[in-house]
Amino acid sequence: MEPKPQEPAVLVPARSVRQDPWYVRWILISSALLLVVFLVLVPLINVFCQALADGPGVYWAYLIKDANTRHAIGLTLIVAPIAVIMNLVFGVAAAWAIARFRFKGRTLLVTLIDLPFSISPVVAGLLFIVLFGREGYLGPWLQAHDIKIIFATPGLILATAFVTLPFVARELIPVMEAIGPEEELAATSLGATGWQMFWKVTVPNIKWGILYGVILCNARAMGEFGAVNVVSGRIIGQTDTLPLRVEKLFQDKPSASYAVASVLTLLALVTIVLKAILESKTHSPSSDGPLQEVALRE
Amino acid sequence: MSITVRNVCKRFGKYVALDRVSLDVPSGCLLALLGPSGSGKTTLLRIIAGLEIADSGNVLYLEEDITRTSARDRNVGFVFQHYALFKHMTVFENIAFALRIRGWPNDKVSQRVHELLSLIRLEGLERRYPSQLSGGQRQRVALARSLAAQPRVLLLDEPFGALDAKVRQELRQWLRRLHDDIGVTSVFVTHDQEEAFEVADKVVVMNRGRIEQTGTPHEVFEHPANAFVMDFLGNVNVFHGRVENGRAVLGKMELAWPDYPHNESSPAAVYVRPHELDIDLAPDGVASIQARVMHINPAGSVARVQLEAVDSGNLIQVDLSPSRYKELDLQNGALVYVAPRRIRVFMPEDYSI
Repeated sequence: MEPKPQEPAVLVPARSVRQDPWYVRWILISSALLLVVFLVLVPLINVFCQALADGPGVYWAYLIKDANTRHAIGLTLIVAPIAVIMNLVFGVAAAWAIARFRFKGRTLLVTLIDLPFSISPVVAGLLFIVLFGREGYLGPWLQAHDIKIIFATPGLILATAFVTLPFVARELIPVMEAIGPEEELAATSLGATGWQMFWKVTVPNIKWGILYGVILCNARAMGEFGAVNVVSGRIIGQTDTLPLRVEKLFQDKPSASYAVASVLTLLALVTIVLKAILESKTHSPSSDGPLQEVALRE
Repeated sequence: MSITVRNVCKRFGKYVALDRVSLDVPSGCLLALLGPSGSGKTTLLRIIAGLEIADSGNVLYLEEDITRTSARDRNVGFVFQHYALFKHMTVFENIAFALRIRGWPNDKVSQRVHELLSLIRLEGLERRYPSQLSGGQRQRVALARSLAAQPRVLLLDEPFGALDAKVRQELRQWLRRLHDDIGVTSVFVTHDQEEAFEVADKVVVMNRGRIEQTGTPHEVFEHPANAFVMDFLGNVNVFHGRVENGRAVLGKMELAWPDYPHNESSPAAVYVRPHELDIDLAPDGVASIQARVMHINPAGSVARVQLEAVDSGNLIQVDLSPSRYKELDLQNGALVYVAPRRIRVFMPEDYSI
């Protein structure tokens, strides 16, 4: 960033209100850029460089030929979507309840939704072990009925859903509050049933919020390590998800771990691009996104 | 379809929004619920619509008790203050909403929507989205949407509140004509007395969750039941004094008030509208009060003169006809005499509310 040349004298008073001296701008901008480059950009590029260091053929082999890695990819593609769907249903219901009704325990519900953000994922995993594990409260009953939760896919789903619980609800509550209940009331007074109102009026109004929440939720669900690590038992080829596989490979075959890590990173990049597209859609004045609706309402 | 409200009460926490309100809306009537904000008028409207549930009391359409019927099944048209149009639907689909819900076939929907579009004079705009319409157009679409399924009653919540003065004026007259054409029993909420008087057959003045007075615009304006109604319906000058022996005594001014023939004097407030006061250059016995001209605003259909009473220092507002104003040739600071042509007297129990 080069400092701007001196402005014509007449403009100086007006501009000096809005612009700091060039060296201040220069220091601020370059320190921000420096941080981003070293903390984000360099490691990001490095992952791909390392992954492709032995050529694309080897890279491909690491991903496809290794049955355990294949299984990890498959498992992640099962666990993450199910957790996302669970949180989508929960998030819409919770946001609806919180934005539309005043009831006892409403504040508690809002606080509880945030809990997974503040609790350590490892502790979250332990909570499930205590509940469903062999020594846990429900363990004996589950064993008697031959239901496996811990060290099995259901446990992975539960842990992932727990950690990603806030995303959809958090995204939708402000959107629904900003839109207000009037359109829904209008639909009701025009004769719509609850479901008709929900599908014809509510969902179209919050669809961008839903999509945004789902994308963030999915990104987090695919990348979840801590909680999943605790409940998985790390059985190779059975309960290893992609992040767990990355960590395990790193111990004995770093170049393979880079390959798997690059897949996860790629998923993250896709998520960010989708998010950016959505954001521009919800911000642009030509769309009917939630933010623009708020602006119209003012 | 007549509407009857019987002894409806509604509280929000400790706040009493409606206190044993009873109301009759005759079939085909256009009724205005008029009152300041917080008077409970919108709550009453929403209870009639079923969007709010009364704590006690009943609501009847014709003879049918619909107190427990949901808003969905009441078949009312409700127009929201901020339109509440479906933003993601075109004008056509907005108006068609109630018809699609009722499973009308496409050709009948289309026919009915076009009928309504011509009624609201928005033909050709059916493909627009609400964000592409002006405020007045949106309000008309909201009205058409509420009328689509031929509701039993039409309810409007501050229908013109969010519009600018000129559009509001046009829409008022249009709503009145529309009501005369379709004749559906209608109730609308407003805080604007001019709007209520211009549009409504019947006006209900509300205050603090109660009905203060019900009547035609003329009845309510000319014969206000109490000081609140008098005060709320337009500007008014208030003189505090007493009544005795058929007279109202206000400082040096004494006016005939035969409604109070008793000997013992009682404190009273005398209310006089600005247009019911006259200005004279000479005193008229005890029937006028000396005052000094403070400010004159001759712009508009009347000349507004502000005066200060010489004895009490109270401010007095007088509206003069332009011809009278010309005749008097008033100047700021001039000493003149103000004489009420018509007064209304309220005893403490009337005005202490």
